[in-house]
Amino acid sequence: MTPARKAALSRAALTIIGWGVALWVFFPILWMAMTGFKSEIDAVSTPPKFFFHPTLASYHEVFERANYWHFAINSIVISVLGTIVALLFSVPCAYAMAFSPTKRTRGTLLWMLSTKMLPPVGVLVPIYILARNAGLLDTRTGLVIVYVLMNLPITVWMLFTFFKEVPREILEAGRMDGATRLGEVWHVLLPLSLPGVASTALLSLILSWNESFWSLNLTSSNAAPLPSFIASFSSPEGLFFGKLSAASTLAVAPILVFGWLSQKQLVRGLTFGAVK
Amino acid sequence: MANVTLQNVRKTYAGGNETIKGVSLTVENREFVVFVGPSGCGKSTLLRMIAGLEDITSGDLLIDGVRANEQQPAERGLAMVFQSYALYPHMTVEDNMGFALKLASVAKDERHSKVMDAARILQLEPWLKHKPGQLSGGQRQRVAIGRAIVRNPKVFLFDEPLSNLDAALRGQMRVELTSLHRKLGATTIYVTHDQIEAMTMADKIVVLRAGNVEQVGAPLELYHRPANLFVAGFIGAPKMNLLEARVLQVAADSVTVSALGQTFVIPVRPDGVTAGDGVTLGIRPEHLLHVSEGTLGGVVTLSERLGSLTILHVKSDDGTMLVVQTAGSDTTDVGAHVRLALPTDSAHLFRADGDALPHVAPRPLGPSHSGGGSDIPAAQTEHFHA
Amino acid sequence: MSASTLAAPAPPRQSARRRGTLALVGPSVLILAAWATVPLIMTLWYSFQNYNLVDPTQHGFAKFDNYTYLLSDPDFWSSLANTAFLVIGVLVITVGFGTLLAVLYDQAFPGRSIARVLVISPFFIMPTVAALLWKNLMLHPIYGVYSNMMRMVGLTPIDWMSHYPLFTLTLIVSWEWLPFAVLILLTAIQSLDGEQKEAARMDGAGPVARFFYIIIPHLRRAITVVVMIETIFLLTVFAEITVTTAGGPGVATTNLAFLIYSRALLQFDVGGGSAGGVIAIIIANIVAAFLVRSVARNLET
Repeated sequence: MTPARKAALSRAALTIIGWGVALWVFFPILWMAMTGFKSEIDAVSTPPKFFFHPTLASYHEVFERANYWHFAINSIVISVLGTIVALLFSVPCAYAMAFSPTKRTRGTLLWMLSTKMLPPVGVLVPIYILARNAGLLDTRTGLVIVYVLMNLPITVWMLFTFFKEVPREILEAGRMDGATRLGEVWHVLLPLSLPGVASTALLSLILSWNESFWSLNLTSSNAAPLPSFIASFSSPEGLFFGKLSAASTLAVAPILVFGWLSQKQLVRGLTFGAVK
Repeated sequence: MANVTLQNVRKTYAGGNETIKGVSLTVENREFVVFVGPSGCGKSTLLRMIAGLEDITSGDLLIDGVRANEQQPAERGLAMVFQSYALYPHMTVEDNMGFALKLASVAKDERHSKVMDAARILQLEPWLKHKPGQLSGGQRQRVAIGRAIVRNPKVFLFDEPLSNLDAALRGQMRVELTSLHRKLGATTIYVTHDQIEAMTMADKIVVLRAGNVEQVGAPLELYHRPANLFVAGFIGAPKMNLLEARVLQVAADSVTVSALGQTFVIPVRPDGVTAGDGVTLGIRPEHLLHVSEGTLGGVVTLSERLGSLTILHVKSDDGTMLVVQTAGSDTTDVGAHVRLALPTDSAHLFRADGDALPHVAPRPLGPSHSGGGSDIPAAQTEHFHA
Repeated sequence: MSASTLAAPAPPRQSARRRGTLALVGPSVLILAAWATVPLIMTLWYSFQNYNLVDPTQHGFAKFDNYTYLLSDPDFWSSLANTAFLVIGVLVITVGFGTLLAVLYDQAFPGRSIARVLVISPFFIMPTVAALLWKNLMLHPIYGVYSNMMRMVGLTPIDWMSHYPLFTLTLIVSWEWLPFAVLILLTAIQSLDGEQKEAARMDGAGPVARFFYIIIPHLRRAITVVVMIETIFLLTVFAEITVTTAGGPGVATTNLAFLIYSRALLQFDVGGGSAGGVIAIIIANIVAAFLVRSVARNLET
């Protein structure tokens, strides 16, 4: 075999393996999306149907009977609000740490990281009791507070690493031009690190949207977000595959798109800058 | 326009590390002052303290006689050009130059006309709608200067503005900056580590070392009358020859020293030296003369021919390395024996503590100098004033 | 200028600026400090109390009763074993396959970037969806796709969730976390200097040798980070268990997280649940100490 043919062959093999693995890993998600458009009968047919008459019946049922919008709105409100509040706290914090570091900055950052190591189950009991006593059980406010605190170390870290990449001299030029601290951040720092800020916000959104420990334990109906909605399908109702799939697809689709958009920057936030 | 005065200004960092150790100096109205010194000497820190980007630990900063220590950078009425230019990459050239005016709530029309004026001076008109990323290094440099001009500041501050440019562009920008200074007549403080920039642009040079001012003076004053060993070694290229010497005898108007195995009578006042002291004899490479009647002998080990001048590295008979600069294309080959003369009124003598002994008849600095009282040939004189 | 402007000693401006910095950092630090300490102290406190949410007759100092009761409970030990199985199982699968896939997707082939996106997608699926999707659509003994496939090739479908519950759970969680490992390790591989790989080729290293002598050593740090971060999250796998097995059958899939939940919020035994919480915190802290250290090494401020 000539070297050229050998190279072409190994390239073909690589393509097949690469795509094969990718499709195999992605298959459950694909199948879920497909099943959502099947009738309940098609959804459980044996052998499984790859070709079928698509129908929106399951979606209609989810919208009408399962009160999807109640949960979806909770999810949107809680994760968006949680992200905004987390950014309001972490942007000034990361800005100060990146551009006016003191002897304690390093220690503070590491300490923030260590708070992330506190396992939620370890403090489930006191948080539950605190939330109950404060009247925050099953409220959006309660979950927003928890999500802000849960994501704050990550958003501070991620913003810190992005801000560090903005040359200090540009902010100083802003100060020479008469910008106040707020002006420096608003006119110079944020526009310059917009991609970083956006991916930080996206990560916070993703983590809040998918969070399934506190949402299951601190809410029941009033403020319950989508993870709880899906959990309600764990009963025998889950055997209505079409409905389960439609509901799941609805719960997953928006955040999946966000994830695709921000995948490159996520690494930084997820590893606290340890891997870039 | 304005003057700037520093009075015993100090900078101490939290760890007790003192980087500026009591600097006092005055920058006069319309003066072009250059802070020069090796890296880490504190020249940039001093500039940033004037700008308001670093706190002043103690001492006073006066701008036009008003204490400015507590003022915010923008309140001081200064403009700064940064080493990296620090242009706002997300704004167009026009917005970059007009940003300070926008923050100061200057009306749009006035802003535009001021930006246009600056753009005209700097020939930036075709680039106003471009972003900095689309410009060349020299153009970015001009935008950074334009950003400063637009604010019509009391004082211009430059922090090593040419160090990111290639050699050719640097030479060109040097000329442009000098003529711009002449056109605007603005008080300017300029930081560089490059002594050529200092010598060519400055009205007054401030030589800094380790947070202390070593000497303040006009370029040729520093060149011809270095106050100490550090300035003597720092200013001038190739570097001044600094030779170990010993005092043999002192008189009211001269000091006799032995160096290079010979005896020289240097016309300086013997302030604080007595016979037997170790001193340093300094002589600039172009003051060492390559002449057949010279008293010093040596062998050429290396010859650097630059066309307009030639630099010979000579190993003298007692083993000391000497650098000799001659005008034109000297054809002396490596290995050749040469004779050198050391004109003693061009020599400098430094005490063990580094301070220079004052000349009895200080060398005149102006271009009126015509070799009077000196045994330097006319060609030589012409060259070092070129 | 008046003499007084000069005579006045310079107020220490540096401290004013430091106060400004403090005002920016302070709020985040304060709320995080409260979040990190108050519940922790409460957990510790409760763990030494007789405290039942529905039984007011039980109260007062319990000494080590909650701990002795917990430690003598076989369910606790099995939950520890289940936790260990789950954590280690998922780590082995995700790091092992994650490394291979990272190398795979570092190679150029047509459509690579799309394939990459497909592979990392499961990470963005919320745990409840992932668990129900696998339990029902994939592995349901009658209607699941995998069961159907097995039937098609003449095998008897296996009721995964009933017969191998913990193993199945481990696979589901691995599917969720494999993308994380791939994403991190792929990023790390791409930071490997191309010239280093080329130098190794010049030195005659084949693909296998390059993998073991160049890529794996380069990845060591990233692998450590993956292991640590996954461990922190895997110690508290909860939603997947709640929606699939609810800890059963029996206690076959009850891990430490689920045990604490059921003690505290199903049996209302706050004291017992808190004792479990303290133990979870101790375990997590041991892991965290390693993680913080390895991150600290990389931190320049």
